[in-house]
Amino acid sequence: MKLVAYAIAVSAILATGPGPAAAQDRSILVQSTTSTANSGLYDYLLPIFHDKTGITVNVVAVGTGQAIKNAQNCDGDVLLVHATPAEEKFVADGFGVKRSDLMYNDFIIVGPAADPAGVKGMKDAEAALTKIAGSKSIFASRGDDSGTHKKEQALWKSAGIDPTGASGSWYRETGSGMGATLNTGIGMGAYVLTDRATWISFANKGDFEIVVEGAKNLFNQYGVILVNPEKCPSVKTEEGQAFIDWLLSDDGQTAIAGYRVDGQQLFFPDAS
Amino acid sequence: MQDLGGAIQLALSLIVSADRNLAEIVSLSLLVSLTATALSCIIGVTLGAVLATTRFAGRGAVIAVVNALMGLPPVVIGLIVYLALSRSGPLGFLGLLYTPTAMIIAQTILVTPIVAALSRQILEDLHVEYDEYFRSLCLPHRNVVAALIWDGRFSVLTAGLAGFGRAVAEVGAVIIVGGNIDHLTRVMTTAIALETSKGDLALALALGTILMAIALFVNGLVYYIRCTALRSAYA
Repeated sequence: MKLVAYAIAVSAILATGPGPAAAQDRSILVQSTTSTANSGLYDYLLPIFHDKTGITVNVVAVGTGQAIKNAQNCDGDVLLVHATPAEEKFVADGFGVKRSDLMYNDFIIVGPAADPAGVKGMKDAEAALTKIAGSKSIFASRGDDSGTHKKEQALWKSAGIDPTGASGSWYRETGSGMGATLNTGIGMGAYVLTDRATWISFANKGDFEIVVEGAKNLFNQYGVILVNPEKCPSVKTEEGQAFIDWLLSDDGQTAIAGYRVDGQQLFFPDAS
Repeated sequence: MQDLGGAIQLALSLIVSADRNLAEIVSLSLLVSLTATALSCIIGVTLGAVLATTRFAGRGAVIAVVNALMGLPPVVIGLIVYLALSRSGPLGFLGLLYTPTAMIIAQTILVTPIVAALSRQILEDLHVEYDEYFRSLCLPHRNVVAALIWDGRFSVLTAGLAGFGRAVAEVGAVIIVGGNIDHLTRVMTTAIALETSKGDLALALALGTILMAIALFVNGLVYYIRCTALRSAYA
């Protein structure tokens, strides 16, 4: 038994060695968000890209805040997230080469069918949040510095409410990913701000439904950035740029538009 | 609501259909955790044996530290290994982050204190029993250690199993240093976390059932080897 284990140990170390950094292995690492990964977009897009170029794209899916942090540590070649101001700062600070608009969808607020705050059908996100806060209905927040969390904070701010004072009572910060927060929110009967793609492909909806959608300020823009090789010499510029170029090309944009779950389009390409 | 029965049914159908992705995830789980456990046994049993058979100033403190390290949260180990292996960290030049090797390193750090602390206790109890006998033989220290490990090998194996159980079940460290990358660093526990966050609770539970079956199989195998060895020893 031990001998077998040792044999496995040795072969493991030999086999994995320098890992994806091996010489002829054409692969890149993309730091991205849970919303794009959980929606299944990459499972659909990456094989198409691989067939065209032979480049393997490895995706690490974390919150936007952590993805940016990881990219700043040079642990990635491409950054694909959804928090435009933070992305622009990333480029301005010299960590990224250039930011390009890639695609968009929108945020929605989902809630229990009983709708204790009476916000169902509202088109104004700030007014809905004001009603939720006024009725002290439970609201589950990501609380993890992700793109969705930043969006939610901005909405509270423009509604003139500081919900963090109620943290732990009706305002509950889960500190976890989109899917985990939806699971928690559904368990507590809480309202949750989520991106539409994650919601459509989410399998544990319970009796929850979309209560607020269609507001202009619920727009959710995704951007893509090549990590700056001047800051991070380990960045695979050629392969990373090839991935970005393909995403922004007519070909890539058509592929993004073609991804559907239950007949619904999840992301809308808008590269200029 | 998806129920437990449905999850077990799904688990069975996944196994029967010999799902290729599942096979890949299961073998990576075993590869990473068994390798980490083997490395931990080499380091941990040695450390445990030294602590069990030698007396030096500060020994009590060292034992207390090793015992306390059994409680290290996997996430903390994950973060430490991430910071060390990150491109901007001291070992970044190795390019090991987001590879199975990084996961093995993290799990080895996680499991070594468990193996060391348990085997220290096992070997020390044995040592107390044999101490006078060893002294009467004037055995060199190295032989004492070897004899103790050989005599306590089955108990030490149980310490190794405890370590394997911890390694194969943890998610906090491997998800940070491995990144849960499909076809590269996705293991059973990170796949379970992913399916849970997709809201596919039945599939997550099915994967959990398979993980438990694997742990049961590994433990059963070790138990069988032990019984066979004991039987032949008495024959």
